[in-house]
Amino acid sequence: MSRFLEEPLLFEKDRPGRVGVCLCTKDVPTADAEAHLGPLARKDLPARLPELSEVDVVRHFTRLSLMNYAVDYGLYPLGSCTMKYNPKVNEDVARLEGLANLHPLQDDRDAQGALEILWALQRALCAVSGMDACSLQPAAGAQGEFTGVQLIRAYHEDRGDRREVMLIPDSAHGTNPASSHMAGYRVEEIRSGADGCVDVEALRARMKPDVAGIMLTVPNTLGIFERNIREICEVVHAAGGQVYVDGANLNALLGITRPGDWGADVMHINLHKTFSTPHGGGGPGAGPVVCKAHLEPFLPRPVLTKEDGAFRWDHHRPKSIGKVHAFHGNFLVLVRALAYLETMGGEGLKAASQMAVLNANYLRARLRDHLALGFDGPTLHEVVFCDKGLPNGVTTLDLAKRLIDYGFHPPTVYFPLIVHGAIMVEPTETEPREELDRFVEAVKAILGEAASDPEKVKGAPHEAFRRRLDEVSAARNPVLTWTPR
Amino acid sequence: MRYLPQSPEEIRAMLDLLGLSRLEDLFASVPEEVRLKAPLDLPAAVPECDLLERFIGRSSRNRSLTCRPSFLGAGAYPHFVPSVVNHVLLRSEFYTAYTPYQPELAQGTLQAIFEFQTMMADLAGTDVCNASLYDGASAAAEAALLAVRVKKGRKVLVARSLHPAYREVVRTYLGRLDLEVEELPFGPDGRLDLAALRERSASGAAAVLLGQPNFFGVVEDVGAVASALPQGPERPLLAAVVTEALALALLEPPGRQGADVVCGEARSFGLPLGYGGPNLGFLAASKAYVRQMPGRLAGETKDRLGRRGFVLTLTTREQHIRREKATSNICTNQGLCMLAAVVYLALMGRKNLRELALRNLSKAEYLKARLREKGIEPLFSAPTFNEFAVSLRGTPKEASEALRKAQMVGGFDLSSPYPEFPRGYLLCATEQTPREAMDRAAEILGGLP
Repeated sequence: MSRFLEEPLLFEKDRPGRVGVCLCTKDVPTADAEAHLGPLARKDLPARLPELSEVDVVRHFTRLSLMNYAVDYGLYPLGSCTMKYNPKVNEDVARLEGLANLHPLQDDRDAQGALEILWALQRALCAVSGMDACSLQPAAGAQGEFTGVQLIRAYHEDRGDRREVMLIPDSAHGTNPASSHMAGYRVEEIRSGADGCVDVEALRARMKPDVAGIMLTVPNTLGIFERNIREICEVVHAAGGQVYVDGANLNALLGITRPGDWGADVMHINLHKTFSTPHGGGGPGAGPVVCKAHLEPFLPRPVLTKEDGAFRWDHHRPKSIGKVHAFHGNFLVLVRALAYLETMGGEGLKAASQMAVLNANYLRARLRDHLALGFDGPTLHEVVFCDKGLPNGVTTLDLAKRLIDYGFHPPTVYFPLIVHGAIMVEPTETEPREELDRFVEAVKAILGEAASDPEKVKGAPHEAFRRRLDEVSAARNPVLTWTPR
Repeated sequence: MRYLPQSPEEIRAMLDLLGLSRLEDLFASVPEEVRLKAPLDLPAAVPECDLLERFIGRSSRNRSLTCRPSFLGAGAYPHFVPSVVNHVLLRSEFYTAYTPYQPELAQGTLQAIFEFQTMMADLAGTDVCNASLYDGASAAAEAALLAVRVKKGRKVLVARSLHPAYREVVRTYLGRLDLEVEELPFGPDGRLDLAALRERSASGAAAVLLGQPNFFGVVEDVGAVASALPQGPERPLLAAVVTEALALALLEPPGRQGADVVCGEARSFGLPLGYGGPNLGFLAASKAYVRQMPGRLAGETKDRLGRRGFVLTLTTREQHIRREKATSNICTNQGLCMLAAVVYLALMGRKNLRELALRNLSKAEYLKARLREKGIEPLFSAPTFNEFAVSLRGTPKEASEALRKAQMVGGFDLSSPYPEFPRGYLLCATEQTPREAMDRAAEILGGLP
């Protein structure tokens, strides 16, 4: 029997008359919707909400779940995504009634426990990053970037300094240019040097008064630490610019080095990467922003304060860029991150970064004789290979898809853009050595197949719930909702 | 450390393979001058049992809505969440998975997204819906940005009766793009002032953002708003912004009444209040705008053997392909919240969701009637859903204090976002608000000096 069952869509399982919930007991007379709302009342029932029993629903989603790959199943080596283990106790903590059932607009006096959590998390994130102030409002990394870039913009404008350009290295995540653009900046790409780092002299030459700042990912997406980071900060500051650090790769640096100490002015931190909150199949994450004191007046409103042992939201923030979230950000994600931080402690976090870097370098050492490196220099938490030398027209994508048959999630592929056919591997610290060894053996076996039986690799995956899917026709003729045949 | 598997012996062996003697040597590429010399200034690690105790303590220092009747809505509505939702969310295969970029390994997530898109498009009355945005507020901002891309206009009209926090987020998103945000007044019935709309939209606007129901709980006549807009190429995009998605089960879908975009907050579908997050932003629209939409979309396709499958599609809109030319910077969204909504809607079904919405309306009408008996009148005459504004006898602060003293959570003080209503108070009642509490609250509010 196959591990997978074909599972129809909910709408195809619709059996009118079945019931999936029993509504709470009625204790008031039923209003007449028609009389009350008149022509504004919906006349038909929403056809696309199926009628199913509770068992039907549970089976449906259990079967769907079995079609997914997950961290709890095995190695998920997506570079730059930091797919580390998601601790179970954090799920329990986030479901405590006093946290889960708290209304965001309740009186501050009735939310002191929640505010204490936020306060402790802000303090911890400042300690880890070497920054002075924090906003927990941004709901994910990209919103954190947007917020951070807005802080830079507000800072310049407050000084009557109108600058137009944000510099972004060619190795950056796509969110960096997109976020800068949304904050009203013109994006200028700066090329990486032969060593994969920023060319300081080229940067110095470009640092004219129109440059608002630079967005740097450290270590960058090649896994390389910007060795001239301090000088970069000096060069940018000397020309009146600000340094934004994208904290997507912070998992390499905990307890080792801090952006605040380099001279960085502002950064965001992806709690769903470095601080172990689940990726959830695409979120929710959290993208807090930490900054130096000179940017603090511009942080999103409201700001948390503590007076005489009591916490309070301060809404009177005349220089604030304004809110980026309706309430206080993804609170229950923030709760999980604090649970992780407190479980790990300072030493535990440092050990996590050390093990993340050890695991990545172990993979690199064991694979480099088989796969060509994208850049040959020391790397930290991730390693990027390229497609050079793949035989018989086998591509990066083929290799990635064939890994599925060996029981792995593929690495990030074709990113960063500056590496041809990039294969970007980030094992994280939570992988045991034998899992890494199993991955190495799988890659070696696939490379053997690529030489001897390339069609097998090109046709992969063979063992997954679905074979390769036709993405081209999906985009050409988009079918985005179900309609009865 | 229990999350770090390698034993000391294994670490030793791995370092040996790398030709290194100490873990510190792994960081040789980090210049000495920026190395952290002191340990991180963080409290010591806590074992699991103590951690739980610490968080239970924090949790108990909140006075949550558990066993405490509440009249607070204002963009976050307490609803019952069936157990099944949480059990599905706790399946590792869902919550420890990444964004479904490798569709062969993520058909579960992708099929759920496709189901969500289908259900939400039906409720919104549009052709399509995306796979989530952060929250209702950023969804409103994204709707405005979408309109600006489509219409090339520089002005966005926002109803002053839209949620104040949403309006602020819209300003944060648009403010530095040299776009003009202009507010539209509401009339004495609490609905959008159509005369003002006619006048201001005549001079060219990219979008009109309208709450449905609006911040006062008032149900807008979206059709009348759509008809009041200039027609032809000058017509701005009309976006209905929903803060209480449950209302969609009872109201004529905004998309069928002329809204081009229906967006907002769907946390009411299976998610806890969670002190305001995580939420479930969504953006639904007519097919014509699909290539300008922000966020992820799942589409149906076939695999090599011709079997139905799903993939993320139209990705050339997105930042990882298009970089600064993307329709939005959004990457990580609210995936698991979306899953909660699909499970919730599948459990409810068409009849029960409508019945639940009707019960919400009934509760709010009951409360309205009780307050009326005490001489507390609604602020506006237009129909409402599960929330409505009243003019109190005392001040909103006094009202909330009195209810708090009675172990209840009061409504929302309208006087600060709307100073013209110094006694304006927004009250919400859902299926979670017991009749007995409403009776008591009416007594208390009626007894204010």
